[in-house]
Amino acid sequence: MQASLKALTLAAAMTLAVAGCGKEEPPPPPAPKAAAPAAPPAPPELVVKIGSAAPTTGPIAHLGKDNENGVRLAVEDVNAQKVMIDGKVLKLELIAEDDQADPKQGTTVAQKLVDAGVVAVVGHLNSGTTIPASKIYSDAGIPQVSPSATNPKYTEQGFKTTFRVVANDIQQGGALGHYIAKDMKAKTVAIVDDRTAYGQGVADEVEKAAKADGAQIVAREFTTDRSTDFKAILTKIKGKQPDAIFYGGMDATGGPMLKQARDLGIKSKFMMADGGCSPEFVKLAGEAAEGFVCSIPGTPVEKLAKGEEFKKRYRARFGTDVQIYSPDCYDATMVMVEAMKRANSADPAKFLPELAKTDYEGITGKIQFDEKGDLKSGAITIYEAKGGKFDVLTTVGG
Amino acid sequence: MDIFLQQIVNGVTLGSIYALVALGYTMVYGIIGLINFAHGDVVMVGALTAFTVITGLLGAGAGLPVGAVVALGLAAAILVCTTLAFGIERVAYRPLRRAARLAPLITAIGVSIVLQNTAMMIWGRNYLRFPELWQSRRFVIAGASITSMQVAIVLVSVAVMALLLLMIHYTKLGTAMRATAQNPEVAGLMGININTAISIAFVIGAALAAAAGFMVMAYYQVAHYHMGFILGLKAFTAAVLGGIGNLGGAMLGGLLLGVVEALGAGYIGDLTFGFLGSNYQDVFAFFVLILVLIFRPLGLLGERAGDRA
Amino acid sequence: MVHRLTALKRHPAAVWLGLVLVGAALAAVPFVAALGGQAWVRIVNLALLYVMLALGLNIVVGFAGLLDLGYIAFYAVGAYLYALLASPQFGLHLPFWVILPLGFMVACLFGVLLGAPVLKLRGDYLAIVTLGFGEIIRIFINNLNAPINITNGPQGITLIDPVRIGGFSFATTGRFAGLTFTGPMKYYYLLLALVLVIIVINLRLQNSRIGRAWEAIREDEIAAQAMGINLRNMKLLAFAMGASFGGVAGGMFSAIQGFISPESFGLFESIIVLTMVVLGGMGNVPGVVLGGVLLSVFPEALRYMSPLQDAVFGRELIDPEAARLLIFGLAMVFIMLFRPAGLLPSAVRKRELALHGD
Repeated sequence: MQASLKALTLAAAMTLAVAGCGKEEPPPPPAPKAAAPAAPPAPPELVVKIGSAAPTTGPIAHLGKDNENGVRLAVEDVNAQKVMIDGKVLKLELIAEDDQADPKQGTTVAQKLVDAGVVAVVGHLNSGTTIPASKIYSDAGIPQVSPSATNPKYTEQGFKTTFRVVANDIQQGGALGHYIAKDMKAKTVAIVDDRTAYGQGVADEVEKAAKADGAQIVAREFTTDRSTDFKAILTKIKGKQPDAIFYGGMDATGGPMLKQARDLGIKSKFMMADGGCSPEFVKLAGEAAEGFVCSIPGTPVEKLAKGEEFKKRYRARFGTDVQIYSPDCYDATMVMVEAMKRANSADPAKFLPELAKTDYEGITGKIQFDEKGDLKSGAITIYEAKGGKFDVLTTVGG
Repeated sequence: MDIFLQQIVNGVTLGSIYALVALGYTMVYGIIGLINFAHGDVVMVGALTAFTVITGLLGAGAGLPVGAVVALGLAAAILVCTTLAFGIERVAYRPLRRAARLAPLITAIGVSIVLQNTAMMIWGRNYLRFPELWQSRRFVIAGASITSMQVAIVLVSVAVMALLLLMIHYTKLGTAMRATAQNPEVAGLMGININTAISIAFVIGAALAAAAGFMVMAYYQVAHYHMGFILGLKAFTAAVLGGIGNLGGAMLGGLLLGVVEALGAGYIGDLTFGFLGSNYQDVFAFFVLILVLIFRPLGLLGERAGDRA
Repeated sequence: MVHRLTALKRHPAAVWLGLVLVGAALAAVPFVAALGGQAWVRIVNLALLYVMLALGLNIVVGFAGLLDLGYIAFYAVGAYLYALLASPQFGLHLPFWVILPLGFMVACLFGVLLGAPVLKLRGDYLAIVTLGFGEIIRIFINNLNAPINITNGPQGITLIDPVRIGGFSFATTGRFAGLTFTGPMKYYYLLLALVLVIIVINLRLQNSRIGRAWEAIREDEIAAQAMGINLRNMKLLAFAMGASFGGVAGGMFSAIQGFISPESFGLFESIIVLTMVVLGGMGNVPGVVLGGVLLSVFPEALRYMSPLQDAVFGRELIDPEAARLLIFGLAMVFIMLFRPAGLLPSAVRKRELALHGD
């Protein structure tokens, strides 16, 4: 699962000094024309369909529904604002599909959205569905903004239509590895991952960055996302006595792993990326969580006034709390509407070049895309668990 | 050396749990020649039942001593698991006892899926954290860290197994079960109620599964709806390794598999010059299984041929 | 069945007419599906892929009576072979007509590799060993990104080439005879052709010496051996045939998806394919086809379950995904208990699976 449960704080805030990076190349206009609804001239209303694809059933249904709600809230806000495009009032219509986090369903659902004539898609949630679906959107010339897929390959396929509003594995892992070697001054590091695309992706980048900064990788061990026994690999790590242990994986396995490490008498610093920065982790690790270090892309939510306000409005509208990515979904939708405004058109062929030039201050922070469609940002916030809560240690990178 | 010793300790603890679960497979297989795919999931149901009862009682603040809470939780788990196993045998296996071989295997897989998904609907998808009931003490012996929990798991497993062996070999019920295993028709002619004997094998296996489920949960302090499947596969491998149908073999197989896994994960990198790593940990059990079946289908202490007709 | 066939043989015109009608109906499927959108063409394609898998597994489970729980491994082998030979991973872009036979053969080889050591095992041991084999293959695929990067590990392989034959690409929309054929529609015809070939092979095998040998092994191994059937060769042949169809299906999956990662080849996929075979009727080709189509279109029906529950109960009581798996499990149990020969039983299998009171 690439979606990481950073349920602790709202979301990534990318406040970055981006003053000097205004030289985006406008991508060549995408060749195929999408089924952009030609607005009827008579009523001054421009009905535009926008798609949301996320797993709203299955193991991560709560995250999928959260994503869908994020888009829905943005759509409702835009409709209330009566945005004028080409002399008509923009009326967004949300088409939400369930991709079940299954790559096969991902392509089916992508085709459904294309068939329905959406002009833009917010999704998908997992990299495993986002990547195969991106081909279909690209063929149809429809821009796709993923709020949560972190696999670097998503934007490396050479498609002009792929964007994301979340830091990818290279960005987060790189900053974290640098932090471990430079700021924490760990000389020896043991790295474990859970062999999922997310865990392995982050762990490999942490390894690269820490090595580049002079740390020695004394052990590289593996587990699975369904394991409960980590004693064998931890015992091996214990023998190497590393200064720090980094685990690329999720809270469900990270918590028990830390607990078993302490049971074995391992005193090394234990660290994870955003997959472990959750109350769930603290619940599973118990007392062992004290002093645990983890990271979340972006600046701390406390510094974002809009974040708190979004949380409140979300709760009022849907009766549940924000899970993880709904603010990113909200921003992703807004970024596309802004592009439509600038292009003065809801035709994907016309507003896609504008989307690439995005410079938007959203609830998750500043959003600008690099030439591949990745976020231009590298800020990540490091947290430490103290007394069952996560305290901000520092913000690095960027 | 202390690392090696630590791996042995890890392996023996894990192996004791495998052994307890393996007994359930071996008894059922010994008596009706069926791999009860759902057995691992019975372990899971046991763990989750105990979780609900124990956390419920602790949360209610009834002021019961911890020992009594655990006893109640365990009793509830055993009650639920034995009833479940009895029901599964009656509904899904007994009608197919004389059907083609494939039929009961397929229903067993079906039952396993049903149990997992029902459990998921009841207990949710998240990992449940089981509270620490006793302050677990940690001893350091020759550089290896041993917790009181590990000691308790090994002792309880050995005690339960010894009791079972006594029961099978020195009681009338045990004799009836052994007779049914050897030849159900003749046993039936001798006045043994075969159906009862088979039901009892399922029920005893389920009781052991409930105990194993509770111990796994207490040891790792987590429980979730899919915890039983992989555990079940490993335990089955242990049963085959020791010689399926053989109770002592299940114990030996469990311990061996636990130790092989721990040492494998710890040393495979060094042995293969870094080519393979602990990412292949789960492969060991399957390799062991395939190798045993090919070269010694009877298992280490086997009574019955793996390919008996 | 046989009766009807011989009766038909006397009326060649009727046979031809029937074939033409069936052919026309099959050819029209994508156009009918496209009325509901191209997504439905993709759903039909997915169903055809599963039908291929189910037909392959049917050879092993249905014909030869060997329970294989790791069947998806061959699908994975085929998919990865295609992906490695036609993607930027190694910079290789071999043409489809080279990879397809290669996938067929490599999967076949894997079938023999699995089959050879486990031939002597009886049914339930075989089930567990094949399950282990399936997991081993998946674990290797998931981990072969280091020390030498072969499969790219959990990140999967992107930008896999679509099927191209000469200058004709299956991924793009084209016009032919005044009709517009989209990418998915073109793939439909390719998949349909492959499925038809596999069905013909299945039917021919079933009514051949080999098919009867498998049937004999399935019913009574020892008696079969006594009748002079070479158990080893026959079982290996079943594994190899089943595996190679899985490999072909895997290659097609790779080409259609354009991206594959190990998560698509988990144990549960094996169970789904097995459920298709069991539900439709083990050993019966039309039944297996029916099972494959039913179960692969089934998740589409479940899409309406969430809104329906919201409308009826005001909230979601049962997660449709959980319900799907639960229904699969229950289907396996109930089919075995009450209709062991499946929805469309084959005559022989029905007799064999019925309770015989020996």
